[in-house]
Amino acid sequence: MQLESMYQEIILDHYRHPHHRGLREPFDAEVHHVNPTCGDEITLRVAVKDADGEPEITDVSYDALGCSISQASASVLTDLVIGKPVSEAMEISDAFLDLMHSRDSAANGSEPDDEILGDAVVFAGVAKYPARIKCALLGWMAWKDATARALGSLELEEQK
Amino acid sequence: MSFDVARVRKDFPILERTVRDGKPLIYLDSANTSQKPRQVIDAMTDFYERHNANIHRATHQLGEEATEAYEGARIKVAGFIGAPDETEVVFTKNVSEAVNLVAYSIGNAGLLGEGDEIVISEMEHHSNIVPWQLLCQRTGARLRWFSVTPDGRLDLSRAGELINERTRLVAIAHQSNVLGTINPVTEIAARAHAAGALVLVDAAQSVPHGLMDVSTLGADFVGFTGHKMCGPTGIGALWARRELLDELPPFLGGGEMIESVWMDHSTYAQPPHKFEAGTMPIAEAVGLGAAVGYLSEVDLAAAWAHEQQLLGHALRALSEIDGLRILGPAEPVDRGSAISFTVEGVHPHDVSQVLDDQGIAVRAGHHCAWPLHRALGVQSSTRASLYLYNTIDEVDALADGIRKAQNFFGVA
Repeated sequence: MQLESMYQEIILDHYRHPHHRGLREPFDAEVHHVNPTCGDEITLRVAVKDADGEPEITDVSYDALGCSISQASASVLTDLVIGKPVSEAMEISDAFLDLMHSRDSAANGSEPDDEILGDAVVFAGVAKYPARIKCALLGWMAWKDATARALGSLELEEQK
Repeated sequence: MSFDVARVRKDFPILERTVRDGKPLIYLDSANTSQKPRQVIDAMTDFYERHNANIHRATHQLGEEATEAYEGARIKVAGFIGAPDETEVVFTKNVSEAVNLVAYSIGNAGLLGEGDEIVISEMEHHSNIVPWQLLCQRTGARLRWFSVTPDGRLDLSRAGELINERTRLVAIAHQSNVLGTINPVTEIAARAHAAGALVLVDAAQSVPHGLMDVSTLGADFVGFTGHKMCGPTGIGALWARRELLDELPPFLGGGEMIESVWMDHSTYAQPPHKFEAGTMPIAEAVGLGAAVGYLSEVDLAAAWAHEQQLLGHALRALSEIDGLRILGPAEPVDRGSAISFTVEGVHPHDVSQVLDDQGIAVRAGHHCAWPLHRALGVQSSTRASLYLYNTIDEVDALADGIRKAQNFFGVA
């Protein structure tokens, strides 16, 4: 059934027990995003550090109100990017965006890449319900925005 | 006299549809947009097939026919809302444009500035909030508002203070698109007039149910929209007292709204054409005229009684669901048929997704009334809304569907 293909157990689990939830310090940037399909909102903080010239995500903390898809997606996001270099995290983010925009990847012959996406592949079913794509992307868009700002301030720090 | 809903449903082709794997469509989103009867669809197709031309300026037969169709629609609309004179009906794109028309014209007329006040309410649709915020930004006037009581009524206890000698305009919804609340607009208008203020009523949710008589309502401006009353999108109307339309300066400038044009100045047409610039949505106006014709054939009093009966049934059925909170009045008294609710532990997006899976169409989110949701302490809600083509079985299916959502998400 289509509905179950979107609401996978892993997603419902992340919804009920979200990972890395809460707003923590220290952080380098904070953003507040809302879903244009209204009803979801997220406040998200990113902490980065310079690891031998390569910026790395040390923490993503958040406070969110929203549907199961938006909450679960934010939770999975934190699992995937915390501790990773920003460049690698951005690749994961791009892969997730591709996943959301592929309505029928099985028919295209291309399977979503579990290696890059890890748990996030379970969101494949969301692509069949276009109205929910923005729910799944909310956390990712907020994270990208916060990370860009965090990198901006990291650069300023280094220039001092 | 009982209302033959089965016969009415036959007039709406889309109600035959199935969705999501063969489920019959259960359309409970008419407050968002209404479905259209064959008569309206045919009128627009017929216009394009046999009478299409531009209006007012063509001297050929098709031009005559098109003009008659367009102005004929205006006359029908005026009759439907009890307007004494069709020149008091200005066609617009929708209610949002109607409200902006008043906001811009009042501003351009220099009718308000620093020290003046505009009063709205926390219950309003964004289209009856944002234009006034923008007007206050442009003119330096101050925006004030009635708050909402916990049971979804306007808190009129501070009316004497809110509506005072500095008030220039009061803008209020006739019927809330979220709560269904029917506001005491006539009473509020009387206070406003006593204080020397103008009154605008957002009637987007009330006109579709035949509840409008501008000759007794007491307002100066009434905005409504075609697509919520069985008509097409792209057409709405502003009714206003003729003296006001005479006094107020134009909103949009362009062809058709002029009398004479020189390079350095122009003179303007009489109302309503003064406020209709460029080629208007002609076929859509014809569609709205056909919608009015359709609704006039239906026994609207019986249709309203039918809706109120469904509403009562829905309020009872939903009240019995544990964990469900109905926003706004829980009794069908002074209340239209929009029912917004929250379900503990299940977000509106998820409720509406499960309902969609059952073929049931509702809306989830803020319903263009975010301040209202904040005032009620709610992040977002699910909204079901009823119209003349809905049935008791559909209401029962809604209640069942909500329970299914609770089971699916493990909160029941």
